[in-house]
Amino acid sequence: MINLHKLTIHEAQDRLKNKEISAQELTRAVFERIEAVEPSVDAYITVTQDIAMAQAEAADKDISENNIRPLTGIPVAVKDLICTKGVKTTCASKILENFIPPYDATVMDKLNAAGAVMVGKVNMDEFAMGSSTENSGIKVTKNPWNLSHIPGGSSGGSAAAVSADMCLGSLGSDTGGSIRQPASHCGVVGIKPTYGRVSRFGLVAFASSLDQIGPLAKDVTDAAVLLQVISGYDPKDSTSIDKTIPDYRAALTGNVKDLKIGIPRQYHTSNGMSPDVLSAVQNAMNLFKDAGAELVDISLPHSQYAVAAYYLIAPAEACSNLARYDGVKYGLRDKASASLVDMYQNTRSKGFGPEVQRRILLGTYALSAGYYDAYYKKASQIRTLIKHDFMQAFDACDIILSPVTPSPAFKIGENVDDPLTMYLSDIFTLSANLAGIPGLSIPCGISKNNLPIGLQLMGNYFAETTILNAAFCFEQATEFHKLRPKL
Amino acid sequence: MKLTKKEVLHVATLARLNIDESLIDTFAVQLGDILEYVKTLDRLDTAGVPPTFHAVDKSNAFREDRTTEHLDREAAVSNAPVEDDGYFIVPKVIE
Repeated sequence: MINLHKLTIHEAQDRLKNKEISAQELTRAVFERIEAVEPSVDAYITVTQDIAMAQAEAADKDISENNIRPLTGIPVAVKDLICTKGVKTTCASKILENFIPPYDATVMDKLNAAGAVMVGKVNMDEFAMGSSTENSGIKVTKNPWNLSHIPGGSSGGSAAAVSADMCLGSLGSDTGGSIRQPASHCGVVGIKPTYGRVSRFGLVAFASSLDQIGPLAKDVTDAAVLLQVISGYDPKDSTSIDKTIPDYRAALTGNVKDLKIGIPRQYHTSNGMSPDVLSAVQNAMNLFKDAGAELVDISLPHSQYAVAAYYLIAPAEACSNLARYDGVKYGLRDKASASLVDMYQNTRSKGFGPEVQRRILLGTYALSAGYYDAYYKKASQIRTLIKHDFMQAFDACDIILSPVTPSPAFKIGENVDDPLTMYLSDIFTLSANLAGIPGLSIPCGISKNNLPIGLQLMGNYFAETTILNAAFCFEQATEFHKLRPKL
Repeated sequence: MKLTKKEVLHVATLARLNIDESLIDTFAVQLGDILEYVKTLDRLDTAGVPPTFHAVDKSNAFREDRTTEHLDREAAVSNAPVEDDGYFIVPKVIE
């Protein structure tokens, strides 16, 4: 059978269960696809074919014994900042280029327990700092829809690998939009769960009060299946929350009758917005209305301050988190340095790329003596106001609908010299991280120059089922999620 | 707004980074632009607003002080750039 790599997770599950295909056939098909298109897309940092084939063989044995688990035999890719025991985890950084974790992240334990097949580790912006994957210290990933455009970031490899059918689903992480934005740019589904829903144990930390792991997938059902596997309380992550996990897939009824969808007036301006994005989002609003949902005008008055607050809070946390890369316990060391301080400085300067150094400097500045109140504390107070905006909005509506990004994927190299412009492209996604609420992106259109456009749905704390179900309703009524790039 | 060379070098020292001479000016301009942009926050009066340091309200996560599974010593030093007999080796600190 050909084209097995094109299957969704739920389609593959049905065929595996009915023994129409084997996990080994499926996994081989994915590796054939990787061999064919990876040279043009550059999504993978490490391909783990030996591990995958062994896992697929074990999956086939399980299937033959009717021991079928939630992801038995399903080939998935993992962002290269999630620790994988015995497999290099580079964070796309020179400083961790040869780091081999001695343990698995909790999400890896969960994937393994669910029977998943790990295809490899995928590219990203170095330490997840970026919106284009151009900040990778290893390679630049291309958008499968147009190889001269960025795939988005920081989970650019996770999105490109799913979009190009080089895996059936993937894991990414989202600190300011790093799952939703690349999902939008590559025409796939991505969800950032509520802060605390998924354990971050074994996730290399960027900004600890914002980071969250989530899935990228070919459709909403697959996203629900993956989220089900990775969710849950973990005593090893002190920010993890002990709360019942709903059955995400069972919640996908497609019924949005009387669902109140908030339309934030601040997000729906034509100011700096691509007309293609505006019209795709407008069409989505009309579709929901036709499906029986009620559109409600809401206000998020402090959203205009989100970018500024985020680019103080995230770098401040990052500069603390990245203090651990000192050349002593793991990672790169500049062995020529004679003194300890020289060794620290030379190691870090050689190991970190320019964007990471820029954010470390920015965060250090914001936390330094005399500036703490003016910058970090001020930003944290504004974070409270942004959070209150959402709480008030959710009194009037069930979910919030908005664009994911102001425009489709830009060209590689277009914004590299202008970090501030790059930061401003995160304007619609950052607020969900600051507030800790869940948000997802689903394909909702194609631009005139044939690039995917995403729709963002945000929900109240732990209301992943509500946004997934609304996304499912949209997906049932449209064909955008079925479109694949021609490679 | 542009940071001074002295400010960039001071922050770099705090962050334990050596900034290449050729990049000091670029960083001074870029950081200045970003800091100028974040000044928009000053338009908002936040007197009396409590700061949010954590997205979801949660107090300390306590656990029993019990021995649990842990890495063995060999695994813990397996990634050390320089290691000797289970110890991390660093350049000499005291003359």
